[in-house]
Amino acid sequence: MSSSTYRKRGERSPAASALLHVILLGASFIAVFPVLWVLIISLRPGFAGSSEVHVFEASSFDNYEYVVAKTKFLAWFGNSISVAFFTTIFGIFLSATAGYALSRFRFPGHRSLMWTFLVTQMFPVAILIVPLYNLMNRLGWVNTHTSLVFAYCTVTVPFCTWMLKGYFDAIPAEIDEAGRVDGLTPVGTFWRLILPLARPGIAVTAFYSFLQAWGEVAYATAFITSDDKKTLAVGLQTFVTQFKQEWGYLAAASILITIPAGLVFFFAQRHLVAGLTAGGTKG
Amino acid sequence: MAGRVRRSWDKHKYAWGMVIPVVLVLGVLVGYPLYRGVYLSFTDANEQNVAATIGALQVPDSFSFVGLRNYVDVLFGPNTKFWSVLGRTVVWTISCVFFHYTIGLGLAVLLNRQLRGRSVYRVLLILPWAVPTFVSSFAWKLILARDNGIVNHVLGNLGLGTFDWLGNDTLAFLSVIAINIWVGVPFNMVALLGGLQAIPAELYEAAEVDGASPWQRFWHITFPGLRTVSATIILLGVIWSFNLFAIIFLVTRGGPGDATQILVTYAFSAAFEGIRDYAVAATYGILILCVLVGYALVYRRALRSSGEVW
Repeated sequence: MSSSTYRKRGERSPAASALLHVILLGASFIAVFPVLWVLIISLRPGFAGSSEVHVFEASSFDNYEYVVAKTKFLAWFGNSISVAFFTTIFGIFLSATAGYALSRFRFPGHRSLMWTFLVTQMFPVAILIVPLYNLMNRLGWVNTHTSLVFAYCTVTVPFCTWMLKGYFDAIPAEIDEAGRVDGLTPVGTFWRLILPLARPGIAVTAFYSFLQAWGEVAYATAFITSDDKKTLAVGLQTFVTQFKQEWGYLAAASILITIPAGLVFFFAQRHLVAGLTAGGTKG
Repeated sequence: MAGRVRRSWDKHKYAWGMVIPVVLVLGVLVGYPLYRGVYLSFTDANEQNVAATIGALQVPDSFSFVGLRNYVDVLFGPNTKFWSVLGRTVVWTISCVFFHYTIGLGLAVLLNRQLRGRSVYRVLLILPWAVPTFVSSFAWKLILARDNGIVNHVLGNLGLGTFDWLGNDTLAFLSVIAINIWVGVPFNMVALLGGLQAIPAELYEAAEVDGASPWQRFWHITFPGLRTVSATIILLGVIWSFNLFAIIFLVTRGGPGDATQILVTYAFSAAFEGIRDYAVAATYGILILCVLVGYALVYRRALRSSGEVW
């Protein structure tokens, strides 16, 4: 069969190639445009209510200067970092041990625990938020960051356990056996052999928890009342209220938030999906 | 009996020891609130009669048990919005998951080909996923704004008229759906791309030898090869969309009126806006959970009967 009459997989006519690129360019434009637009607005000083936006006008960093110097942005940034950090540490500690136990041992309660984690995924914020709020209120924790860390663990712990189980499943059981032959307890095997091997998985779930806490809105809105303690997700909403609309500041703040999160994300995303689907399919 | 428990403990102590912290933490943070939520849904609790600490003053609970009244009111009461909001939630969930999956699959298939600039496209297409939700919500609010949004600006210049994207009932609902599709496609795309790359190339070669058309190859090799990945992302997609709070809350606050409320945002506004009606919010929460657990059970059964692992 000659190659001119028969087109193998992966070979295309020039027209098909062009169409492919046109579709992908269009999709990429839709994917990128909103962020690009925020970037453009953020460089427009005084964009508040004018009816037209001149894209190629002289740009400046006035909005950025104002946001960093004259608002509580840095305080909110710090709050978000610390809430996300503690959520991550606490959540990983819990879910790594549980994920390992679920991956390696068949114990009474194994199946129902897996099922519980799945059901916990379904808990809408609406069902837990009121009782959690009342609980925190009773403990005097409303308007503290501790309340947020605990609230976020209700989301991250079951999910990370699920994902880490998938990662542990991918580590050969022979390694555990070798550890046991050398006289390690199961806990020792986990700590000295498995955890170091699962480091990429740990990194990815840590990143997932971090992002989850970083972008959460509902609990942060309901639990935090004072301005100083707000996280970014809540604090930024104060830039645009009924009475004032400081779009330029909000845009600048948004870009400042997106850049670090986006950078780390691009390193983690490939593994994020692998772990997620592995954890999900090997129940 | 005691001996059996003991033997069982000796055999499984490491496993249990390792899951106990999680069980305890989830017990306190999920189990207790869940129990409390169920309990609240049988009471008339609101912000005036729930225990609170105001300074040094301890105010005890003073709400009372009302049995099934909240459920009757929510499900059958004359002013209930439950059914209309549930209907909207279902439309929202199905449209979001359908477009997430189909657009994600389409892009994954395109990206899975030999093509110049593939990694650049991949990074650009994943971008929406990397952006924190409150930033993307804000970006879309800016784009769709009635007076100075770019969409209306462009439409106006083209002489197509301008629209109140977030102020009109139907348009607002379509807008939040579109925004959530924009947010969710990258995850589906990446997951399906991973699935595509795991399908052995020999299958395609064999099919080519047999003279299968591209469409036949897609339908008989690609699609079945993606089944496990698809099952997972659709299950998660439905749960996530059904419970999705941030986008609607940040873009429209459920408005105009209640035009973009789904069950979760509706329950939140009952609990934390106006007079805080904790009991009704809890009732909504329990009903949402019942819907989702029912869905998960049916889904799992369907997967089992078609031979999936779980």
